[in-house]
Amino acid sequence: MALLQISEPGQAPDPHQRRIAVGIDLGTTHSLVAAVRHGVAECLPDDEGRVILPSAVRYLEGGGRQIGHDALAAQGEDAENTIVSAKRFMGRTLADVAGHGRLPYRFVDQPGMVGVRTRDGVKTAVEVSAEILATLRFRAEDTFDDDVHGAVITVPAYFDDAQRQATKDAAQLAGLNVLRLINEPTAAAIAYGLDQGVEGLYAVYDLGGGTFDVSLLRLARGVFEVVATGGDSALGGDDYDQRLASALLQRAGLAALEALTPRERRRVQTAARQAKEALSGVDEVSVSFEVDGVVHDLDVDRTEFDVATCELTATTLRLLKRVLRDARVSAEDVQGVVMVGGSTRMPVVREAVAKLFGRPPLTNLNPDEVVALGAAIQANALAGNATSGDLLLLDVTPLSLGLETMGGLVERVIERNSTIPAAKAQDFTTFKDGQTALAVHVVQGERELVSECRSLARFELRGIPPMVAGAARIRVTFQVDADGLLSVGAKELGSGVEAAIIVKPSYGLTDEQVAGMLKDGFATAESDMVVRSLREAQVDAERMILATESALAADGDLLAADERAAVDALVARVRAAARDASPGEGPRAIEAAVEALADGTEGFAAARMNRGIRDALAGKNVNDL
Amino acid sequence: MDTGLSLQATDFALFGLPERFAIDLAQLDAKWKQLQGAAHPDRFATETAAAQRVAMQWAIRINEAWRRLKDPLARAAYLCSLHGADIEAESNTSMPGAFLMQQMEWRDALSEATSLDAVDALSDEVAASRNATLKALQAQIDDAATVDWRAVAGIVRGLMFVDKFIRDIDRRVDSLE
Repeated sequence: MALLQISEPGQAPDPHQRRIAVGIDLGTTHSLVAAVRHGVAECLPDDEGRVILPSAVRYLEGGGRQIGHDALAAQGEDAENTIVSAKRFMGRTLADVAGHGRLPYRFVDQPGMVGVRTRDGVKTAVEVSAEILATLRFRAEDTFDDDVHGAVITVPAYFDDAQRQATKDAAQLAGLNVLRLINEPTAAAIAYGLDQGVEGLYAVYDLGGGTFDVSLLRLARGVFEVVATGGDSALGGDDYDQRLASALLQRAGLAALEALTPRERRRVQTAARQAKEALSGVDEVSVSFEVDGVVHDLDVDRTEFDVATCELTATTLRLLKRVLRDARVSAEDVQGVVMVGGSTRMPVVREAVAKLFGRPPLTNLNPDEVVALGAAIQANALAGNATSGDLLLLDVTPLSLGLETMGGLVERVIERNSTIPAAKAQDFTTFKDGQTALAVHVVQGERELVSECRSLARFELRGIPPMVAGAARIRVTFQVDADGLLSVGAKELGSGVEAAIIVKPSYGLTDEQVAGMLKDGFATAESDMVVRSLREAQVDAERMILATESALAADGDLLAADERAAVDALVARVRAAARDASPGEGPRAIEAAVEALADGTEGFAAARMNRGIRDALAGKNVNDL
Repeated sequence: MDTGLSLQATDFALFGLPERFAIDLAQLDAKWKQLQGAAHPDRFATETAAAQRVAMQWAIRINEAWRRLKDPLARAAYLCSLHGADIEAESNTSMPGAFLMQQMEWRDALSEATSLDAVDALSDEVAASRNATLKALQAQIDDAATVDWRAVAGIVRGLMFVDKFIRDIDRRVDSLE
């Protein structure tokens, strides 16, 4: 094993100790991977020099796949087996996917998440996204000729819990260690804040291929505080294409988009998308598409496009105003608006935003790349490569979280725009004499009625001792972690009966399901997986030893001699386990030693935190802010 | 081992602020960022599971205290509960008659308002009334020789109704825009 180097806090480790950490923008229409190299974040190109990977996966005869540009090129001839814009189906059922009748897929309406029947079987958005993520992971590993330690993956700020969980599942399936899920507008703000040095109150208007987000952030020297966020996770550039396609069909006197064959539909939509993109540069373009064997040639100008899509632009402005209202600020208070996402190239969008704020929006960073770049900067910091204290993200939860109460009403527990991590407990009671169980139904959304919110999970607390109605005290605790993911627990307080339950949202995959898919899907031989998991455990053990030793170097004076000896013994045990491990036994012994180290240093960690908090209160870390 | 501040410290102690109603919001935000700079889980991403668990607990506790301190109503309610006068928002709904009359007038005005301008005007009126009440509340808590916490709790309960009404106004604006 390599000699361990102890790095002082705030000092970057040796280059050979650097961990490869990437930022991935998993987009509706295209995806990118970026990393910090030589202190600068940059998007990593494929072997043909292209940084953009179209988010398209084609399932071939015989189990093969085409991913990215090749899949996109084959889309016209093989639409049914070529899945694009899978992000729209993430954590969604068929009923959730608006306008699915216009899409050329054979949908399978299954519980949990909608599937698409391909020649290689039914695929969900999680599996499609895992193919894309794995492609980007391989790209990064080829670039650095090293394993990827971890990734920060971006999600739309307005993604709900089910969509976030599905994204994390996809990453796990692609063999990626998720360092953090971060919100796309926040990632963009990091790139702008650090690259352009902007400070003050900024809005990020992020219109991607299939999602719209707006976040209001307060930026100050390395601190990125999200004040409020809003959006629509089913509104994007794709919708502009559809509106224009519908308008063109109507003008040509043809049937509606839904009535066309999948192939014709695809052609009209592609023509509309090309026209939309061209109209960002010129005032008028000609469009040509074939329906029923007849070629239709039409001219379309910017005015017609603006009129056909004005409802969509108006919706984004309405959501933008709501965020300002949530934050209790007016448009004049905002120092600048950052435009993110390829769809913000549309002049109509830029003009509308400029009009609302009375100033032109900021477009000086590439709107396609800025999210991946920001994610890479955060990934680099989380992997411990950056000097500590120069980046702090304080993000919020986009949607309120609550519980179903009597009469199908929602009792909100955590309000939208609460800074995460966050936790809140609410007490409930029984309503019938002798009631021994309580159904807990967790929902997400802003509406008063349960039926109009998204159902995240249901579970039952059982074994409540029989009491008269209203005597039991059942505390339900919600916790949203730094990834924005929720866990819920419930326990009965009065009797001491403790039955805390952590729920995974009903849209998430179980660990067994993920493990099963990993085995089938990614063509990794089982022996490779054992070797890989052992090596990962060894790296993790090394990391824990390093972290503990640097903590001891900094704050060892907090420990009495016997406490110190106990920690040293635990470290020695981890070191021995990592050294003596063999592929036959697997990683279990190392994991047990690492766990023992974690448990045995809980008190030390608490004491160090205490010191950190007191120093922070005394203003000792004022330079970090 | 040295233990100083604990997760059970009051919000004010955690932020190193005096226990009073008037608060410097800029100072509060600066302290919040300082504390999160020391406690946020991102700061411990490469550390042991124990350090990450502790960081999560503290980050949650700091956010909870910050959220409560920056909202004047939540802060006043918290001060009441620290002084043994719980708000009992759910069980205690008795309000003075004049207050109820005012609420009814406002609710009528909201249901009759059909334009954005009319709703805005009502919104301004309610906000002005709320600010005046908050000012009175501050005088009662910070300036009185002896504070009548039960009376303060009563005012806070009333303001909770006002805030609920303001949320209804916001919803109305949403539907009109």
